[in-house]
Amino acid sequence: MSTSRLGGSGLRLAYDRRVVAEDLTVAVPDRSFTVIIGPNACGKSTLLRALSRLLKPTVGAVLLDGADIRRLPARAVARTLGLLPQSPTAPDGIGVAELVARGRYPHQGLLRQWSPDDERIVAESMAATGVDDLGDRLVDELSGGQRQRVWLAMALAQQTPLLLLDEPTTYLDIAHQIEVLDLCARLHEEQGRTLVAVLHDLNHAARYATHLIAMRDGRVVAAGEPRRIVTAELVEEVFGLPCRVIEDPETGTPLVVPAARARVGTVAR
Amino acid sequence: MIVIRTPGRLSVRLQPRVLAVGTVCLLLTLAVGVLAVGHGEYPMSPTDVLRTLTGGGSPAEEFIVTQLRLPRLATGLAVGTALGLAGAVFQSLVRNPLGSPDVLGFTQGSATGALVVVAVGGGSAVLAGAAALGGIVTGLLIYLIAWRRGVHGYRLVLVGIGVSAILTGVNGYLMTRVPLMSASRAMLWLTGSLDGRGWSDAVPLLAALAVLMPALLACAPALRMTELGDDAASGLGVRVQRTRMLLLAGAVLLVALSAAAAGPVPFVALTAPHLARRLTRSPGVTLLPAAVIGALITVLADQVALRALPGQLPVGVVTGVIGGGYLVWLLATERRAGRL
Repeated sequence: MSTSRLGGSGLRLAYDRRVVAEDLTVAVPDRSFTVIIGPNACGKSTLLRALSRLLKPTVGAVLLDGADIRRLPARAVARTLGLLPQSPTAPDGIGVAELVARGRYPHQGLLRQWSPDDERIVAESMAATGVDDLGDRLVDELSGGQRQRVWLAMALAQQTPLLLLDEPTTYLDIAHQIEVLDLCARLHEEQGRTLVAVLHDLNHAARYATHLIAMRDGRVVAAGEPRRIVTAELVEEVFGLPCRVIEDPETGTPLVVPAARARVGTVAR
Repeated sequence: MIVIRTPGRLSVRLQPRVLAVGTVCLLLTLAVGVLAVGHGEYPMSPTDVLRTLTGGGSPAEEFIVTQLRLPRLATGLAVGTALGLAGAVFQSLVRNPLGSPDVLGFTQGSATGALVVVAVGGGSAVLAGAAALGGIVTGLLIYLIAWRRGVHGYRLVLVGIGVSAILTGVNGYLMTRVPLMSASRAMLWLTGSLDGRGWSDAVPLLAALAVLMPALLACAPALRMTELGDDAASGLGVRVQRTRMLLLAGAVLLVALSAAAAGPVPFVALTAPHLARRLTRSPGVTLLPAAVIGALITVLADQVALRALPGQLPVGVVTGVIGGGYLVWLLATERRAGRL
């Protein structure tokens, strides 16, 4: 059993009085690439909000290194746990390097505005995400895929061992989705960071995750390595989708193939 | 970008363009200030003004400068600084280039306070106090109504516009209830004027600036982060709601106190931050340049009102013309498209 720095047990997550999840228990394994999946409104984004201290559980507490994340100083959390929300806003007229540099905020102070470390880490983050040649461009002028890489670079510059990503591939075409996910996998492998992402596409999740959390109606239906847990029965239970699960010819990971539409009889001769 | 580092791990980051714009505007403001002090029934050359300011003037010059003309200039500078700073904070907080105290209703709140005093009678000190109180109460009210799991920019604008509409109605009603003589006093106040301002008008605002300006500037980095969206800012370790509340409180106080000092001088809070952003070409909020430009617009407008136009107009008539005109010209000549 691997250790976990981030998780919570017996959580109740709610917006005002609308309860999204009750008695929810999750643990993010250390150095995993954890992906949370589930149908719309299953509570996966809500869970990510709770894990990133944006949402306070009404019962229970999210623990970061054993301490209630809501009681820790905001900046201290931001040096351990990074978050890339679903739709961040780039200020008008901001340059790429400048946006990436904002990731250094939790490490800076009024009299420590730009250390040599800041400079080096911003450059490294831009190189790691392949946006180092875009430094002087305006973020507004970039394509969707480039922009997402810039935001990832900002999150990397925060230099947190844990990084949460809320649907990082939304609004991207298939090639850019794979590009972003490949990048995430590389960051996970090469830099040893723990990644937690909410993804929509089950096959992407099964291919890239080292740890999968499948949710439905605010409950965790299954959690574990994709090869172990992704079965036709699980997909049917979680998404209500009849399917076959075959081996991905590229990676050997589970590949979900939805069942064909049932034919009504055969054409009469 | 210029970075100044000390061996003790301290570092300060400066944008050369921001520095240049700030310095030039500050020097211009001081120059206009010296000319302003020299202007009047007893004209003084700039050298005379500087000599008197440094303690080398005759008793008569001393009196004219420090008791008659400097208070007016100080009030103008303080009002302009406060409005420029508060305007930049509002625009960034509500993430809307139109976010200004006039749109959000604080000005109308100050006006209501002042009009009540005009209606029931009261001296100028009471009127100033009521104007400040009206602005602060309105700010609090808008904040409380807009609160819903935190205060967010869009809601704040809508609630502000609603409250401002109500108060405009209330103000109209109050105007119809006051006698004609009082109504003209009220109208003059509502335009925003620096006429006859003494040290008692300038000092409260100067004191507030001495406290609030460093406080707001210290919040500026966090404010810049909130421009990335609340979630992203939280992820970077900004306590978004607390930062927003502190900044809003500081900006409302500055606007209310500047209304107490000179009435609601229009348009400075809206124009100064835009000019600052365009001149410095920096993305997002630039508090200090906005404050300096606010001061420059206000004292310049006051001088134009006094000298260039017949009949000693109040400063509020001219701020709109100068500030707005320059902004429109800048927008029209701006080459880079797509930047608001």
